[in-house]
Amino acid sequence: MNKWQRWHIDRPLFLALCLLSVVGMFVLYSAGGENTPLLIRQALRLALGFAVLVAFAQIRPETLQRWSPYIFAFGLALLLAVLAVGSVRLGARRWLNLGLFRFQPSEIMKLGMPMMLAWFFAREPLPPRGRIVALGGALSLAPILLIAKQPDLGTAALILGSVLAVLFLAGMSWRSIMFVLVLAGMATPLLWTHLHQYQKQRIETLLDPSSDPLGAGYHTIQSMIAVGSGGFFGKGWLNSSQAHLDFLPESSTDFIFAVFAEEFGFLGILMLCSLYLFVLGRSLLIAFYAQDTYARLLAGGLALTFFMYVFVNIGMVSGILPVVGVPLPLISYGGSATVTLMAAFGMLMSIHTHRRIITQ
Amino acid sequence: MPGTPIKDYLRESRIFNTRVTVVVVFIAILVLILIGRLAYLQIVDHRHYMTLSNENSINPVPIAPVRGLIFDRNGVVLAENYPVLTLEIVPDQVKNMKTLLAQLGKIVTLNSQDLKDFYRELREKPHFDSLILRSNLTQEEADRFAVQRYRFTGTDLHARLERYYPQGGLAVAALGYVGRISEGETKVIDDADYRGINYIGKIGIEASYENLLRGKSGIKNVEVNAKGRAIRTLGRIPPVAGENLYLNLDAQVQAAAEQALGHHRGAVVAIDPRNGGVLAFVSTPTYNPNPFVDGISDKAYRALTDNPDSPLLDRALDGRYAPGSTIKPFLALGALNSGLNPNKTFYCPGYFHLPGSSHMFHCWAWRQGGHGIVDLRKAIEQSCDVYFYNLAVHLGINRIDNILNRFGFNSKTGVDIPGELSGLVPSPAWKAAHGLPWYPGETVIMGVGQGAMLVTPLELANATAILADKGVGFEPRLVRAIQNPTTRTITYLKPVPGRTYPLKSSAYLGEIVQDMADVVSSPRGTGYFMGHTAPYQIAGKSGTAQVKDMPSDMVYNAKTTAKNLRDNAVFIAFAPVSNPRIAVAVIVEHGGFGGEVAGPVARKVMDAYLLPHKPAQADARAYGYHTN
Repeated sequence: MNKWQRWHIDRPLFLALCLLSVVGMFVLYSAGGENTPLLIRQALRLALGFAVLVAFAQIRPETLQRWSPYIFAFGLALLLAVLAVGSVRLGARRWLNLGLFRFQPSEIMKLGMPMMLAWFFAREPLPPRGRIVALGGALSLAPILLIAKQPDLGTAALILGSVLAVLFLAGMSWRSIMFVLVLAGMATPLLWTHLHQYQKQRIETLLDPSSDPLGAGYHTIQSMIAVGSGGFFGKGWLNSSQAHLDFLPESSTDFIFAVFAEEFGFLGILMLCSLYLFVLGRSLLIAFYAQDTYARLLAGGLALTFFMYVFVNIGMVSGILPVVGVPLPLISYGGSATVTLMAAFGMLMSIHTHRRIITQ
Repeated sequence: MPGTPIKDYLRESRIFNTRVTVVVVFIAILVLILIGRLAYLQIVDHRHYMTLSNENSINPVPIAPVRGLIFDRNGVVLAENYPVLTLEIVPDQVKNMKTLLAQLGKIVTLNSQDLKDFYRELREKPHFDSLILRSNLTQEEADRFAVQRYRFTGTDLHARLERYYPQGGLAVAALGYVGRISEGETKVIDDADYRGINYIGKIGIEASYENLLRGKSGIKNVEVNAKGRAIRTLGRIPPVAGENLYLNLDAQVQAAAEQALGHHRGAVVAIDPRNGGVLAFVSTPTYNPNPFVDGISDKAYRALTDNPDSPLLDRALDGRYAPGSTIKPFLALGALNSGLNPNKTFYCPGYFHLPGSSHMFHCWAWRQGGHGIVDLRKAIEQSCDVYFYNLAVHLGINRIDNILNRFGFNSKTGVDIPGELSGLVPSPAWKAAHGLPWYPGETVIMGVGQGAMLVTPLELANATAILADKGVGFEPRLVRAIQNPTTRTITYLKPVPGRTYPLKSSAYLGEIVQDMADVVSSPRGTGYFMGHTAPYQIAGKSGTAQVKDMPSDMVYNAKTTAKNLRDNAVFIAFAPVSNPRIAVAVIVEHGGFGGEVAGPVARKVMDAYLLPHKPAQADARAYGYHTN
């Protein structure tokens, strides 16, 4: 048993995450306007994230499984608390003020939701019968609606994505899948009428960014210019004129990928995407090797959620998805999302390193 | 296989593996789409975006529209815009805000209010926007900054238009004012409507007609150099100026009313009974709205709120007063309408009591031994209280409430400015809701407009206008017309029908109007002093409303009673009697006797409107606008 195994760390995944973090620090240094204090704060957050990762890796999957419903219930209670006493920032009620720091309960749900569904489906023989699928879907509806109401449509959509991922991996029948797709198609116009004005605008501007060049379309136009002007080889590190001349808003958070694309070009993008795909592949492999249904579903669900983050963020920056506040994992500046993500990878590592060794 | 609880681990793992394979294929497709998109942007369209990036020195900047002007009915300008120099900062271009502000503070004056407002905007607004640090720079300050501006990246001088009220406090109760958009307001308004706009109507006409006055922002594409400094403007979508408003209000009548009230606290509302147009809307003391535009300093604001005369209270809209005897003509008309014989007499010995009660209700003339035998005409002319005590008992509280409600008391008039309060017509049901019984004595004093009854000056003027226009009422309107600033076409707003008093016979109204005319023209009338010399015929009614309950044996003396216990003086009037064009309600707080104190105010207001006077200086023409 080597040192890595003793600490329940999966070496390939760990090294890939470290590499991503280092790349992230470089990009952030450029995007943040060579701001060293900003970089130090991010480094501290990443350190905290890795500590959380190591901590979670020590928890046995059986323990995680036992905790799952309680974590879900706790997260749900906090979401209700936000509805009642949450603090409002930038027009949305998402935060709980804990005195020392503000905290978004929806972060807990990002983990609590796949855990809960994995626990729920692991109790029954798979593939789940239609009734069980429906029950699982209903279970996940409350937190998603609560988050969508905050309003934080981006997070709600991603959590919905993780629900669908677990449902799909659990073996939901193709007939049920078709049924859900048709239902979703019919619900779209209804949903549209319930969107906030700014949310509608973001979708409208996706179709035609020039319709409102100063407002909602501004982000998209500027980030497309940044990406496109990067070309094949990029302008080089610290040479993003879009970010440095302040044409690109949110350049160190949600739109940091545009800075990366401008400075490192298509070549850099291919390398970064390979790195992300490696992390995804390794995570799916962990799911594949997992030894019981709970571990398998949880690992698969977390892996796919990670992919959705990357896809939605890059899709938004390159102008094929509407602007939603989704950070680019491990590269965007930001605290709580990083910690949540690291906790998820800690769970994956725990699943992988706590296997009963079987020789095949 | 329904009902098989046995887990088939091999099957489960097989299903999972199939699903993972499907997912991998799906992911591969998504990744290919993404990579394809990025390749398209970075390789195929690279040249296009490279050009854009090189030229992206072009920054879209919002252009604020010109806010609509507000004129009185004769074109006297009441609210305009004048250019000021502002010092503005784009926070994204600033490395160290604290040092910058410290250095700027040495060149221009920055007080704590400026800094407070700026930090608030810094928190709320996007950092690529230009935020106002100081407005209204003096030429000297501007020159000093211009010389040293190379030191301050991200800071620049701008010319902006700022709201200005050239008449100062005149008609501030009606006009209201604009101010910087507050934290609370940013959450309610649509950002798209306020691009580049820093001001919003806070109260009064400025608030209620905000959407018309505001206009629509434009956009200009500004080329900036590497430091973000504007070099030249490339293309622009021009802003659309806000609509101009013409008020029903007459600045000369308004000024006459404000002057007539003098140092008193009080209110005057004058309405054109033919259409509900508000000719004067006064609350005194007035205050200057100009300091509010750019954020009044805490000290100046506290001076206003601590002022015992509470100038910020809009007394015309929100002041609630006992109407006193001014209520009598309305009750009398209602009584006639429900069958009272105007020749019926009551004997006034100077006091009244309810059968079986020893409580004495005095007539104001009780010390002279009362009015003797009184019919309706004499009762109104000499404001005999005993007649109306009897009348109130005769009508009963339910009929009284019914009559008063139909004249629009007890409800908002629907005037076109926000924040209106309604008065109060007490009723047994209202008292029951508070868990209290209705006493017969309360019905008695309703006859003279005392007790719990309250009216706002606007309600009282509105009711007077209904009376003047033969029972037909309109919702009071401050704004008369809207003018498109480009085409200059004027659209007159249609009068909005309001409450109407259903008269059984016009003879009843004639009787009351005649009685009210006698109030002013008869030497024994309580309004003789204010109106007998007028070259037009006035119908009026005085009122002297007790502010505080006094023991019935206490001798009231306007001279010796403490000022804050003195009666409120009230007067209502309309003129000319044959074809009324103006209806007025006046309230002078602690003014004393209505006919002597409030009456002359009403007279001056009517004189200013009805007598021939110099045409107002046509400011509108100076702006290139013409009225007809």
